Amino acid sequence: MHDTTPLIEVNGLQTQFFTDEGVVRSVEGVDFTIPAGKTLCVVGESGSGKSVTARSILRIENPGRIVGGEILYHKDGEVIDLARIGPKTRQIRQIRGRDIAMIFQEPMSALSPVHTIGDQIVEALTLHFPISKDEAKRRAIEVLGRVGIPKAADRFGAYTFELSGGMRQRVCIAMALSCEPRLLIADEPTTALDVTTQANILDLIADLQKETGMAVMFITHDLGVVAEIADEVAVMYLGQVMERGDVDSIFHDPKHPYTRALLDSIPRLGQRGAHRLASIRGMVPHPFDRPSGCPFHTRCDSYMPGRCNRIDPPAVSFGPGREAKCLLHTKEEGVA
Amino acid sequence: MTVKTGKTLMEVRNLKMHFPITKGFFKRTIGHVKAVDDVSFDIIEGETLGVVGESGCGKTTTGRCLMRILQPTSGEILYRREDGEVVDLTSLSSRDLKPYRRDIRMIFQDPQSSLNPRMPVVELVGEAMRLNGIAEGKELEDRVAELLKKVGLRPEYMRRFPHAFSGGERQRIGIARALSLNPRLVVADEAVSALDVSVQAQTLNLMQDLQDEFKLTYVFVAHDLSVVEHIADRIAVMYVGKLVEICSTEALFDRPMHPYTAALLSAVPKPDPRLRGKGSRTRLTGEVADPSNPPPGCPFHPRCSFATDLCKTDVPPLRRVEDGHMAACHYAGDLPIKGVAALAG
Ligand SMILES: Nc1ncnc2c1ncn2[C@@H]1O[C@H](COP(=O)(O)OP(=O)(O)O)[C@@H](O)[C@H]1O
Ligand SMILES: Nc1ncnc2c1ncn2[C@@H]1O[C@H](COP(=O)(O)OP(=O)(O)O)[C@@H](O)[C@H]1O
Ligand code: SF4
Ligand SMILES: [Mg+2]
Ligand SMILES: [Mg+2]
Repeated sequence: MHDTTPLIEVNGLQTQFFTDEGVVRSVEGVDFTIPAGKTLCVVGESGSGKSVTARSILRIENPGRIVGGEILYHKDGEVIDLARIGPKTRQIRQIRGRDIAMIFQEPMSALSPVHTIGDQIVEALTLHFPISKDEAKRRAIEVLGRVGIPKAADRFGAYTFELSGGMRQRVCIAMALSCEPRLLIADEPTTALDVTTQANILDLIADLQKETGMAVMFITHDLGVVAEIADEVAVMYLGQVMERGDVDSIFHDPKHPYTRALLDSIPRLGQRGAHRLASIRGMVPHPFDRPSGCPFHTRCDSYMPGRCNRIDPPAVSFGPGREAKCLLHTKEEGVA
Repeated sequence: MTVKTGKTLMEVRNLKMHFPITKGFFKRTIGHVKAVDDVSFDIIEGETLGVVGESGCGKTTTGRCLMRILQPTSGEILYRREDGEVVDLTSLSSRDLKPYRRDIRMIFQDPQSSLNPRMPVVELVGEAMRLNGIAEGKELEDRVAELLKKVGLRPEYMRRFPHAFSGGERQRIGIARALSLNPRLVVADEAVSALDVSVQAQTLNLMQDLQDEFKLTYVFVAHDLSVVEHIADRIAVMYVGKLVEICSTEALFDRPMHPYTAALLSAVPKPDPRLRGKGSRTRLTGEVADPSNPPPGCPFHPRCSFATDLCKTDVPPLRRVEDGHMAACHYAGDLPIKGVAALAG
């Protein structure tokens, strides 16, 4: 099942914001692998560090700073540690947009309101490929058509305000894909869309992935979306990956109490009834009040006083790519 | 879950809310956004009526009309008072409306923007009681403390301002505020949509408990069908200002009659990877129609895979297909569309 060549390996990543009120440890030792050609879903409640992790990979974490760990990018047999390249260097700018592209929840954050959608794609193309304007235009129209923009040639000259939210997200996907990246990072791209539009965008991303063989890192808080598209899953809480593994194990054999609690708290279509939803008590602590020991211990039903609030749970392995950080799986203190 | 067989609390008849589109210096009216267009339904006392549909279909506008935040273009909103008398809220002046504003309250999606940031919690929750002369001073504070406890907030925090609370806590403040005047009907507009799943579950449970305790009737507007399925007894589906289907939650999910409902259900992601690719699935193509220029005939016909020539010209009325199950489709009841069980394969 885990027959994968890694494209990106994130090990012990730490990204922090140095604010007036103190240090925000947004990403506090994140480990995961994005296999080539596969989809990794990163799931977690708001504030768990999903976006900062994604931005760190692209090295657009500013004003945050990567203070530890590595981001290994496997490029044609070569291994580049993205965490060690300067965020303004030529090397990262060639990777950004060309090898790794990103789309966001709010399409307008990536699109210009004053340029036509066609010109924006042409600009992205000519930045990365030595091609003529005409060739770039031809390719731009092609990719707009591919993402399902009707009458793409006519829409080439359209402005974003003339498009619906779903169409704008398609334009962002077109722009991201125009350079045929190896990795598409999608940060909650369908959260602001209707379910019907979301379904179409998810289908589109899956089709494009099949065609191009690109890997996808898909960030979402919606476990339904995870179940539909993920190969691998990383469950985040307070800047850490609490559990990771293949999608079937995460849903049918969760090892971490947080994963279990998340799964129990979602209403499921077709399971109606007067039953109460299981909920996780309390709420996500403020980043300045990071609990000691296991970050989840303040809300956990399996909390073991004296252990969980003292010991940082080590990652316990359950097989290749399958890990959980919970002391229930650690027999002796700190020893797996 | 069974359909509550209580009395009708509110009867909405032929409700229309058309917003004028104006142009130029003299604000000439050049058209209308038919945000709600000839909608009729009943609200049964003690039930939760879910209202679903894609964004822009008129859910919020409908809720605002029930509250009379908006004065509808036409139609009737017949409200049955506690003493049994029925009044048409659309015909009342804002002065005569005052007692009904206590009975019908609203909870909004974004507690951030619906709570005045300069008011402490005690004032946010107690304001309405003070203005209505129900309580003041120490008694008011006691009542606020009681309400805060009911919604799971610490009364000690009543002097704090909204920014000191998390999103989930702010939503609880909004709920306490809505409940302060002992309402009978609460319109919750996307009340849990912005919350994280764990907090969303807490809030849904809280709303159910409060409903039991205070015998509340809910109109629960949301775009998340799994949330609505969980909380609603009956569900109304809207499309471009029209009501296209209304029935019990069970019937809607097991035997949807309108092709739009079936497409909506099919688009909801199922939280189990083993169901992936199983069952039948419909994908809607094309865009939602423009409510200022809806297509002739059935508003859904440009996106409907069952559309015939009749659908292009004749508006299908909302009609009774089964007991308690109404749908606005010429072919409702005769189409090979499937419910959620079939989707799960
Ligand atoms: N520019 C910033 N300055 C300070 N803190 C930040 C900044 N950006 C993000 N954070 C903090 O980092 C944490 C993780 O944020 P984020 O990655 O956006 O979470 P998620 O995407 O999982 O919702 C949060 O506590 C957030 O407040
Ligand atoms: N005050 C208003 N003036 C003009 N158009 C409005 C107004 N409020 C809502 N609309 C329009 O009415 C339609 C329905 O909106 P709304 O009721 O907010 O839908 P929903 O809540 O289902 O997303 C939309 O096309 C919206 O743009
Ligand atoms: S380590 Fe302890 S507190 Fe953390 S998830 Fe496991 S049991 Fe719960
Ligand atoms: Mg985010
Ligand atoms: Mg709305």
